[in-house]
Amino acid sequence: MTVIAVIVTALLVAAGGLTLVRIIRGPSILDRAVATDVLLAVAVAAIATEAAYSRDATALPVLVVLALVGFVGSVSVARFASRRSSK
Amino acid sequence: MMLDAILDTVAGICLIAGALLCLAAGIALIRFPDVLSRMHAAAKPQVLGLLLVLLGCALRLRTGVDITTLVLVGLFQLATAPVAAHMVGRTAYPHDDIRRDLLITDELSDHIDRIRADRAGEPQETSPVHTS
Repeated sequence: MTVIAVIVTALLVAAGGLTLVRIIRGPSILDRAVATDVLLAVAVAAIATEAAYSRDATALPVLVVLALVGFVGSVSVARFASRRSSK
Repeated sequence: MMLDAILDTVAGICLIAGALLCLAAGIALIRFPDVLSRMHAAAKPQVLGLLLVLLGCALRLRTGVDITTLVLVGLFQLATAPVAAHMVGRTAYPHDDIRRDLLITDELSDHIDRIRADRAGEPQETSPVHTS
């Protein structure tokens, strides 16, 4: 299980790094909103992997909160961008 | 013992496949050319990867309460990802920084043109009692 945990951690770190590059470079605010959504999902995957590795369910409620907060953030950024662009 | 080993192996495979899909979403965010195609990467492989990771976690924890929580997270993700992608896509549409030459079909522009034509034709038809 340790080998699997190391592999999954490496893959998720690479995914998070690429997503961060898009957040920094992204030409528009919507690119950044989409990339932030992906980064949050990568964080959820990392927390779930940690819970699976240590067989410890303490962090599972955090996953529910993160799933909901990511949705609210993405939608509110889209609303903000559309209102600003329609002026 | 045997069942535990099998479930752990399946859980490990699910975790690795999910992490690979997360990495695919990250690569797609870097390589895809515009907001709409990046949104595709954020909406589809990302959600499938997350569901696979949650499945692996559930196979490893194997407790009723934990599996319920993980199912809840997966349901939230499935319910909210299309809504968020729809909002972002609708906001991104009228801007010039999306690549129109990459669109295979564009039904929204026909729709918008029709609405514009309707609005332009409206004042002549109903001039005295105009309720807006």
